[in-house]
Amino acid sequence: MNMPANATPDSPLDSQALAPAVISAARRIYWSVRRELWESRAIYIAPLAVAALFLTGFLISMVHLPEKMRAALALNPMQQHELIAQPYNFAELLIMGTTFIVAVFYCLDALYGERRDRSILFWKSLPVSDLTTVLSKASIPIVVLPLVTFAVTVVSQWIMLLLSTAVLLGSGRSVEMLWTHLPLWRMSLGLLYHLVAIHALWYAPIFGWLLLVSAWARRAPFLWAALPLLAIGFVEKIAFNTSHFAAMLGHRMGGPEGAASTAGRMSMDSMTQVTPGQFLISPGLWVGLAITAGFLAAAVRLRRYREPI
Amino acid sequence: MTVIEARGVRKAYGTTIALDGVNLRVEEGRILGLIGPNGAGKTTALNAILGLTQYQGELTVLGRDPWTERDQLMREVCFIADVAVLPRWLRVSQALGYLAGVHPRFDRVKAEGFLAKTNIRPANKVRELSKGMVTQLHLALVMAIDARLLVLDEPTLGLDILYRKQFYDSLLNDYFDRSRTIVVTTHQVEEVQHILTDLMFINRGRIVLNCSMEEFESRYLEVMVHPEQLAAARALKPIQERHVLGRSTLLFDQVDRRQLAGFGEVHTPSIADVFVAVMTNQASQPQGAAR
Repeated sequence: MNMPANATPDSPLDSQALAPAVISAARRIYWSVRRELWESRAIYIAPLAVAALFLTGFLISMVHLPEKMRAALALNPMQQHELIAQPYNFAELLIMGTTFIVAVFYCLDALYGERRDRSILFWKSLPVSDLTTVLSKASIPIVVLPLVTFAVTVVSQWIMLLLSTAVLLGSGRSVEMLWTHLPLWRMSLGLLYHLVAIHALWYAPIFGWLLLVSAWARRAPFLWAALPLLAIGFVEKIAFNTSHFAAMLGHRMGGPEGAASTAGRMSMDSMTQVTPGQFLISPGLWVGLAITAGFLAAAVRLRRYREPI
Repeated sequence: MTVIEARGVRKAYGTTIALDGVNLRVEEGRILGLIGPNGAGKTTALNAILGLTQYQGELTVLGRDPWTERDQLMREVCFIADVAVLPRWLRVSQALGYLAGVHPRFDRVKAEGFLAKTNIRPANKVRELSKGMVTQLHLALVMAIDARLLVLDEPTLGLDILYRKQFYDSLLNDYFDRSRTIVVTTHQVEEVQHILTDLMFINRGRIVLNCSMEEFESRYLEVMVHPEQLAAARALKPIQERHVLGRSTLLFDQVDRRQLAGFGEVHTPSIADVFVAVMTNQASQPQGAAR
């Protein structure tokens, strides 16, 4: 690293002239989000791997596709639809479940890992505020992962549809039934709505809470995130013999009114049951977003005060 | 212009007092060595300067309050703390991209120039680099930032002598100029002695010595005294006496050089020796510790 001294600006005036003026907040956010993607590659690798695994299985199942379509002819349209759309719904659920798990573990590590490996000192040596950092980390589960889920799911479903079409055409069968029961454009729109409404907005307080715990915990953030919630539920049950807290958590996990019943087996049709209008006026949404803002504000403060572990 | 100014800065962790009313003033273009035993409050002082910890009292860095204006301050201040802070997953190329993306004063070409002189490749991850190379990388990143204040907290801890020497050589040759200011803490005092312009000893949260190196050199003198003259030399109240191979080396504070010349060859002591003397005498000889 020994360099001739003339490689550096000789006068302070030269070096001042080199410095560009200002860096916009948007650019700092953009680079901070990219930084998160470099660190947590599971954000895109996990859904891609699951999709690849699923497509491999789907490809093998293609052997039985012509038979399946022949059998479907005997069913009524409802049953036909269920039979044909089933693997597509399953792909969607699988990818969505994967990214949700990734989001949970990402959030728990986001503000904990950097304190544990002391790299927080490096990040804090740069002119990026705690607010920018926390917001860029929160944008991973709330913005980036839903988009990744959407892209991976839609591409997978198209691959599935084109594969099926090729197999059916190859075996000299009609693809009409397949395409009428799989309105992929409409399904994609429904998926996008579900992701924005549920995974981004409705689940936001969950991610906010996990980020807060991640900024606070000195060890075992997973336990700190889960056990206090369980404890509150138990205490409430013992003290008042009620379970409002547990019901509230269940409501949050299950989705807003109307979507709750479909939490177990979400099909593409029931996901759009809650109309955007109903959803936007539901108090649960706005209370949840307010709580999210509170959690994130607390996480910003904690990141500022907390020292490396 | 004053880069750092502290008045009565205090910081306590519970009942432990880390900083006990620190006053200091660092002017532009200085290289200040902050020397102290473990737990003396060095890192706390640096953290306060860098806006990483809260404190009581008045502190301004480049005219700003480091706690409330940390983000703006970090455009003009850099620091390397303890070496092990670059995340292990980071690639060299990513580090360059990120810094260019978020830091208005980072010059990527300059950083690449520094790195070209090392064995570090852009595709390397931090985890693949040796400890010395990680420090080289960090230094290359920091030297490419046109900062006004650079804070180094034990930057060469755990490095071998070659890397340590190279570190300070790069810093002096490729980075330092009269418009920049450097604050460094280290236990390898002898290696920074020749680069410092100012010296500060800190102990138990208090500054016990604060002087420029010129003052240091005129104030502290060391003489190797013959045994027959020992009594006479002791009368001048040395602050420390060392006996090596039958000869005694006496360290004096504020004693006239001509007076000492009669006892033997007079020379400037190492910071390390003065440090040991000041730390051990601090309680018994307050005048030796007066700032």
